[in-house]
Amino acid sequence: MGKAVAIIGVGQTNHGRRMDVSYPDLVREAVLRVYEETGLSPNDVDGVVSGTMPSMMEGVALTHFYFADAMASAGKPILKTETCGSTGVSLAHTAYYWISSGMADLVLAVGHEKMTEGDSQATMTTVVEPWYQRYFIAGAPGVFSMQSQMWSVRYGLDEKKVRDAAAYISVTHHDSAFDNPYAHVKIRVTAEDVKNARVITYPVRLLDVCPNSDGACAVIFASEEMVKKLGLKKVAWVKGLGYRGEEYFFGDSDKAVWQSAVQAAKQAYDMAGIKDPRKELDVAEVYNPFTFQEMLFYECFGFCGLGEAPDLVLQGTFGRKGELPCDPSGGTLCTNPIGATGLIRTAEAALQVMEKAGDHQIPGAKLAFSHAMGGVDQFNGVMIVGSER
Amino acid sequence: MNKEFKTIKTEIRLPYELAYGATWTRFFEGMSNQILYGSKCEKCNRVLVPARTFCPRCFIDTKEWVEVPQQGTLTAWSYVNYRYFGQPTTPPFIGALIRLDGTDVDFVHLLGGFDLSDFEKVRKIVKNGMRVEAVWANERKAHIMDIRYFKPLA
Ligand SMILES: [Zn+2]
Repeated sequence: MGKAVAIIGVGQTNHGRRMDVSYPDLVREAVLRVYEETGLSPNDVDGVVSGTMPSMMEGVALTHFYFADAMASAGKPILKTETCGSTGVSLAHTAYYWISSGMADLVLAVGHEKMTEGDSQATMTTVVEPWYQRYFIAGAPGVFSMQSQMWSVRYGLDEKKVRDAAAYISVTHHDSAFDNPYAHVKIRVTAEDVKNARVITYPVRLLDVCPNSDGACAVIFASEEMVKKLGLKKVAWVKGLGYRGEEYFFGDSDKAVWQSAVQAAKQAYDMAGIKDPRKELDVAEVYNPFTFQEMLFYECFGFCGLGEAPDLVLQGTFGRKGELPCDPSGGTLCTNPIGATGLIRTAEAALQVMEKAGDHQIPGAKLAFSHAMGGVDQFNGVMIVGSER
Repeated sequence: MNKEFKTIKTEIRLPYELAYGATWTRFFEGMSNQILYGSKCEKCNRVLVPARTFCPRCFIDTKEWVEVPQQGTLTAWSYVNYRYFGQPTTPPFIGALIRLDGTDVDFVHLLGGFDLSDFEKVRKIVKNGMRVEAVWANERKAHIMDIRYFKPLA
């Protein structure tokens, strides 16, 4: 085990369709905010790590060079971490490894995406295998629709119940987004609106899907020595992390009981000493671009048994006042600048245990789970943070 | 503050020529002859389709070629009804995961052979677990679209 690592500050842009700023200026908005929040300056930082989805998203390759100025990284070690949709959590992992190894005391992690400038689904389709699969796998919704079917068929779940639970998730997350000043989509929706929205890829309808967002998130990680030196009282200690990938070909591995999600969570739980996640965790930021998939994640993460998620969702178990509130920020469903999104999950988890989440604060949250997934249903990453060292 | 800011329109087009290598050259030659090849891993005994140079789980070369049945069972499907730049298949279409008989992984292709224009009608026809069969193109080019689609078996 390496040295202890804490998150000491978070900066987010106002996410949304941000045609009022260039991409570098957007990135700098998040970086300025994290320095303002922590009272630190770029001179204090030992290294910078940044990441996005594929470069085709915005048409500029190697964005960590593009943003050297916006991240004030000149003269410092710089890394890029890129794991598709899970990039953000991988950025948090990279910063953790860097400090935990003893090679740095302060690391700036920056995730960013400006999705409205390109064609996001065309970009994502370039992730897909070019000879056999690209003709049939249409961006993210196509893949995740199939996954949600595998799951509901596996457990013989009642179609109407699953539909109702998905609508419940959509309505409550859209409501929560109003309490998050940085969230993108802020609309009130009813269960009927969700169930009658246009089909994107059956069973996924328009209000079951995340938006294309522009946004960036900057997080500063610190060693224990640095936390003491700066005299910080409220920080988010990294308690556990886990990451797993699967085979490349879509179709080679089971996605209903998604082993990369199961194993990534298990690794993080083992490190954090968590035995019963639903009881021990106070809040979770699950990467949820699709309502149906969120339920599958609850099961893979052991928040409930396999096939149980729809019932518990409808009972409010994962609502803001439930036993384990999930995505009180409104989650990925309401805000998805992909390269930033996973880091936003970790940042939101950190804000919760630092009691800085504002109107979407879960009272007394001490242990928080964050997660992101990526690839063609290929990768899952988890980071758990807590208020206690 | 609703001020409009300027934008620039730009485009990147790059040509590629991707090498199939020996395994996939043979697989696609098989397709042009209406044959679907899989490979069997001698360690885990799984039959992988399309054929592979090596088993991704055991990380050993696969040596045994098998001709895979052209009928299978529908694992999952996705009715795609949206468009994006450069989309190779025109929507609406149904992407599908199909477990071909005697294989151990799902093969990705299209479902077709019926009217796709009305989703509600499609939903009555397509069921997870239904039997499907490959329908070949008359003119074949050693390409994945040498199979036009998999059609439901009555
Ligand atoms: Zn094998």
